[in-house]
Amino acid sequence: MAEVERVEVVIVGAGLAGLACAYHLADGGIETLVVERGDFPGSKNVTGGRLYLHPVRRFFPPIWEEAPLERHVTKERLIAMEEGSSVTIELTSERFREKPYHSHTILRAKFDPWFAEKATEKGALIVPKNRVDDLLWQGGKVSGIVASGAKIHADVVVAADGALSFVVEKAGLGKKREPQDYAVGVKEVIELPEEAIEERFGLSHGEGMAQLFFGSLTEGMFGGGFLYTNIDTISLGAVVGIKALMEKGPGFELYRLLDSFKARPEVKPLIEGGDPVEYSAHIVSEGGLESIPQVYGPGLLVVGDAAGLALNTGLLVRGMDFALASGALAAQTIIEAKKRNDFSPASLSRYEGFLKESFVLKDLKTFSEMPRFLQNPRLFNLYPQALAEGLERLMWIGEEPKEKISTTLWREVRRVFRPSVMGDLLKIWKI
Amino acid sequence: MENMSIDAKLALDAFKIDEESHIQIDEARCKERCQTRYCLYVCPAQVYTLSPEGEILIRYEGCLECGTCTIACDAALAWNYPRGGFGVQYRFG
Repeated sequence: MAEVERVEVVIVGAGLAGLACAYHLADGGIETLVVERGDFPGSKNVTGGRLYLHPVRRFFPPIWEEAPLERHVTKERLIAMEEGSSVTIELTSERFREKPYHSHTILRAKFDPWFAEKATEKGALIVPKNRVDDLLWQGGKVSGIVASGAKIHADVVVAADGALSFVVEKAGLGKKREPQDYAVGVKEVIELPEEAIEERFGLSHGEGMAQLFFGSLTEGMFGGGFLYTNIDTISLGAVVGIKALMEKGPGFELYRLLDSFKARPEVKPLIEGGDPVEYSAHIVSEGGLESIPQVYGPGLLVVGDAAGLALNTGLLVRGMDFALASGALAAQTIIEAKKRNDFSPASLSRYEGFLKESFVLKDLKTFSEMPRFLQNPRLFNLYPQALAEGLERLMWIGEEPKEKISTTLWREVRRVFRPSVMGDLLKIWKI
Repeated sequence: MENMSIDAKLALDAFKIDEESHIQIDEARCKERCQTRYCLYVCPAQVYTLSPEGEILIRYEGCLECGTCTIACDAALAWNYPRGGFGVQYRFG
């Protein structure tokens, strides 16, 4: 580190947003240094996870063909869980089998090193094993960083240091972190032979499945479960809101929730005989549009998870596509600022405009009511329960004569209905 | 697949352990300001445990660096990422 004293741009963190930014800056001839605290890019990163490529393909035209992606997702499952029962909706479509593919499962410790190599080929310098400890300031403007005791000056610092961004905190751009704006996810990676995965999930070679679970598995807490098939591993995890977790009280353990989830009959046969090879945890921004910090400051841009660019709509979970796009747009901002030789906040504020014009802030704005909608506990207890129990009653043949479908349905509706349900139905029109 | 203890789960991961902890706790503030002690149960790696004397013990070596504790704790934690090159090193992620 000590030999570098000044570069044009320093990027804090070699995750997707930081690397996307480095790739484009280096491509634009800007002298770029990426400082990463892990042993190698990707070594501190965790995803569920799946990457949607259509929104970001245009930012990186030539490189996706050779990327170390896992499986392209051709089957989507949504599972409402109740104690002892569940309802599954499965979607498969020929559109998911058409190239270029809609989405891919990925593992970050495999993907990020490859992406880092691409940025390096363009000319970016990536230095791992160094933690950024502080920002340098000059005349009220961020003028560099301190990493492992070395001072490095730069025209612009890019905060790409993830959902728990200390750069945003030190620059005073964000609000205090509130538990209701974050969730914590735990994940196990479970090894299984490629053929076993394809057979168990009914997949052709190279195809993958994504499953999202909600309901009793989170014991009434805001959150859910996920399962993604990789080439020869399965990513299985659970996510719960930190506020809900705090309210749960002592005696609860998140890792045990994951074990109960693994023991469910909907999951157990899918992972049977597999070897767990990794246990990981990571926080996720759940605050949506309202919890996004100021994305530019004097001498500073904020990208990816550091800017809270994540979106959970219950049906799909996104963040990595936002990270890639925001990194690319930050690079575009800096390249234009350099042409003007103007790195003032007004000049860097173009970045916010770029984000607003792109799918990133458009999608976050479209779904701005989502965080509030998803905080509703009835989504995690009453509704999945009513769905599973109601369907079970319709399907059940007992000793007694069977009643009319409408009688069963009407009784179920009356059982579930309360004034708050009316409110929830009205809220659906807002999301 | 039987239930695994948290130690067995953490044993799956690769850690590079620093000599010094990246987590500090202000015991006085902790005792004075927090009765609930969220850190004892929100941490997915069970880094925090209670000693028989009622002090919070920190097993920073097994920290997964998610930061949940520092979001939940309003009172007494000084949490930083481990120094460069230390801490958990995910091989799958």
